[in-house]
Amino acid sequence: MSLQALNDSVAVSQPIKTTLSVAMFSMMLGLVGCNQSQTPEQTAEGEASTTEAATANSDQSVTIYSSRNEQLIKPLLDRYTEETGVEIELVTDKTGPLMARLQAEGDNTPADMLLTVDAGNLWQAGEQGLLQPIASETLNANVPAKYRDPAGNWTGLSLRARTIFYDPNKVDAEELSTYADLADPKWKGKLCLRTSKKVYNQSLVASMIEHLGAERTEEVIRGWVDNLATDVFSDDTSMLEAIAAGQCEVGIANSYYYGRILDENPDFPVEIFWANQDTTGTHVNISGAGVVAAADNPDGALKLMEWLSSDEAQGIYASSDKEYPVKQGVDESEMLRSWGSFKQDDINVQKFGSLQTQAIQMMDKAGYK
Amino acid sequence: MVTIPKASEHADDIGAPNLIVVKDRTLLKRVLSKSVLGLISLFMLIPILIVLLSWTQPMADIWPHMGEYVLPQVLKNTAILLAMVTVISGSVGTSLAWVTSMYRFPGQRFFSWALMLPLAIPAYVFAFVTVGMVDFSGPLQTSLRELGVTTAIPSVRNVWGAGFILSLAFYPYVYLLARQAFLSQGHRAIEAGQMLGLSRSRVFFRLALPQALPWIIGGLLLASMETLADFGAVSVFNVDTFTTAIYKAWFGFFSLTTAAQLAALLIGVVFIVVIFEQYWQARRGSITAQSSNKRLTSNAAAKWGMTLLCSLVFLLAFLVPFLQLLYWTAMNYRQDFDARYIDFVTNSLLIASMTTVLIAFLAIIIAWIKRQYADKSTKLMTTLANLGYVVPGTVLAVGVFIPIAWLDNQLIAFGITTKQVLSGSVIVMLLALSTRFMTVSFQPIDRQLQRLTVNQEAAAELLSSSPFQRWRQVVLPVLSPGVLTALLMGFVEVMKEMPITLMTRRQGWDTLAVRVFEMTSEGMWARAALPSLLIVLVGLIPVWILLRQSEKHS
Repeated sequence: MSLQALNDSVAVSQPIKTTLSVAMFSMMLGLVGCNQSQTPEQTAEGEASTTEAATANSDQSVTIYSSRNEQLIKPLLDRYTEETGVEIELVTDKTGPLMARLQAEGDNTPADMLLTVDAGNLWQAGEQGLLQPIASETLNANVPAKYRDPAGNWTGLSLRARTIFYDPNKVDAEELSTYADLADPKWKGKLCLRTSKKVYNQSLVASMIEHLGAERTEEVIRGWVDNLATDVFSDDTSMLEAIAAGQCEVGIANSYYYGRILDENPDFPVEIFWANQDTTGTHVNISGAGVVAAADNPDGALKLMEWLSSDEAQGIYASSDKEYPVKQGVDESEMLRSWGSFKQDDINVQKFGSLQTQAIQMMDKAGYK
Repeated sequence: MVTIPKASEHADDIGAPNLIVVKDRTLLKRVLSKSVLGLISLFMLIPILIVLLSWTQPMADIWPHMGEYVLPQVLKNTAILLAMVTVISGSVGTSLAWVTSMYRFPGQRFFSWALMLPLAIPAYVFAFVTVGMVDFSGPLQTSLRELGVTTAIPSVRNVWGAGFILSLAFYPYVYLLARQAFLSQGHRAIEAGQMLGLSRSRVFFRLALPQALPWIIGGLLLASMETLADFGAVSVFNVDTFTTAIYKAWFGFFSLTTAAQLAALLIGVVFIVVIFEQYWQARRGSITAQSSNKRLTSNAAAKWGMTLLCSLVFLLAFLVPFLQLLYWTAMNYRQDFDARYIDFVTNSLLIASMTTVLIAFLAIIIAWIKRQYADKSTKLMTTLANLGYVVPGTVLAVGVFIPIAWLDNQLIAFGITTKQVLSGSVIVMLLALSTRFMTVSFQPIDRQLQRLTVNQEAAAELLSSSPFQRWRQVVLPVLSPGVLTALLMGFVEVMKEMPITLMTRRQGWDTLAVRVFEMTSEGMWARAALPSLLIVLVGLIPVWILLRQSEKHS
């Protein structure tokens, strides 16, 4: 058996040659591409070490670790850069990985500010020592105390109301009252809920534990589970759509999801109801920020946070995603005004963090998936 | 080709080349090969070790709760999902591979590559599209109700729905590997079987299937590891799996340690399975590759049956989600589409092609050394190098990031650098991704290497002048289909990857997958369609290359 015959008996070597050359080519392209993409930064570094002006500039820049998505936050940050000349670096990821990242980078972290949603997440970042206490008259004046950390580690920057939604063809608003009332057997087979794995529901249950006590809250959750019309949903939007389609009659969701649907479809056949108005007020969570403990530029981060709480920023920040401004008296968008004003729960949002573990365990036990 | 020059380099390092006689040379080669393997698997193991180290921490208070209320349910669901994926994607993948590689039927040429396409659709996108369509409020049930059909249609948002969708999303792994097996297997055996009067089904079950089994199992390993690590798709169905429990411990109970401990248990179980599979594989003989263009014949009814089967799978697993993506993109692209997308696409292309080439290269080395020295330590190291794929993405990303951050901090502490240089560099991103996707390359390459028989190798040794020539003329041609499959699967996987890319990318160095994340993180699914669609379209490039190559082949 000659080599050639052996060669023929297996396969043709041409494909592998072509493939390898394609592969090598792309590898080369890749290396060239990397060099190119690194060049600007390298030059920037070089300049920074030679000219003092550049050094001062880079000192001023603020690096944000953000779990809020880029297209939401970027226009606002660009505005800030325009007004103040402060450059902003934005690093996006989920909150958990961002905190793990801050942990691992320790004192050398490039981050100055952590921007995320849900008070529970912010509370946890504070607990882990990732944030530093801040004292700011501006923030104290702009943000009501219940939306700030009592220890001063973080502050709320926008509000997200979680309330009841209903099908006006089947439900009279008179029949609705509180979250706990949705556990009443009269709602049997009529209730839709989102999964208990979502932090918004965990915070809602945490607030109920604070108001109603653990025992009563567990009863309510069991009642909810008994009343479910169908398996729980993975997100608020599909839950709202299920109400519209007639699969169920009432449900609980964050108001901005409803606002987003209305943007696309003004005739969406679901109505909003402000829960607990005669009792403790509607459950409100925050999106917020804190200054990173090992920040190189804590003052810059604080200034940015103060700006984000100003009238100008609040107007954009809150309305761009149909959230509510954290600063009182800031003009809401027309859509938000059409939903009417409502009484907000007075509980300090840091409770959502400290009671989160208990809330999840309770929902697990009650069979709320 | 790769190991041998390395070996000679190292021989000088050791410093006593004059003492080496021919017999010692083989020993030396063995030691060096194993060191190379050891180094690669050690490297691949770093993030896994970080995860395993969690067990040096005390167990958190939430363990009893996890044990009583969470784990029983998630273990049951995980078992159901694995069983469904194994059975459905195994049978669908194998039968599609068999008909497209062995028969001629209407559309056969089209389907033979089109059936690879579902690989490019991220499983969570597929899940979201499906649930959106067939759920109560979706267009399907809505129009049924409008037509007056009132029968209650069961919900798909449960473990059965999730299992079905994951099976359809992951069958291409089995399809690609099984196809590789059928195309390169000895046709003579099958022809002989037919001449001896075996029925077509007997030819398949008695001859073809047993021969292709290692490949099919390789594909199933990939599909099950992917199922175990999946978080996105099962969340859409709201099915709690082991991975869900890991994330619950981390994001819900804020215990990254517990999450890592759970992930370590998962790694342990998969490790045992893979070791077991390796022993089973080693006990089998190898079969000569004999490519032939001959195809089996069949009657007209059977031919149209094959067309129907292929069309159905193609429709469900690719066309429907693809059209939905296209529709959403058409509705929303104006909001997002701008010049930055050129960067997203080129960045995705760059990182995917670089990672793919690197892991294919490493996989060839590992598979070759494993073939040369099939002892326990080699098998162990090979297995260890392949475990990254089973760890839920975000957990592995942290395992990758911790050592990078540590190294950066050391560099800063010793005054070598003033700020992070490693985290955010493309090279580190490349290495981090390779720890996850090593096995995607290794499976097809390792299986294909079994096609090289001991006799072929011995003959080559006698007839060729240099090891290099031997590699070029004998080994690489046998390996080529495996390498092509590895390149295709690796490329598409890296394109879709999110958590590691998010954690190791430099500020502003965004890829298409990062773009998908930005949109989905606050529930804007329809706007995520544009980057998702581009992932699918860019993923078509390697499919197209693979197709052209396999056509040249025949």
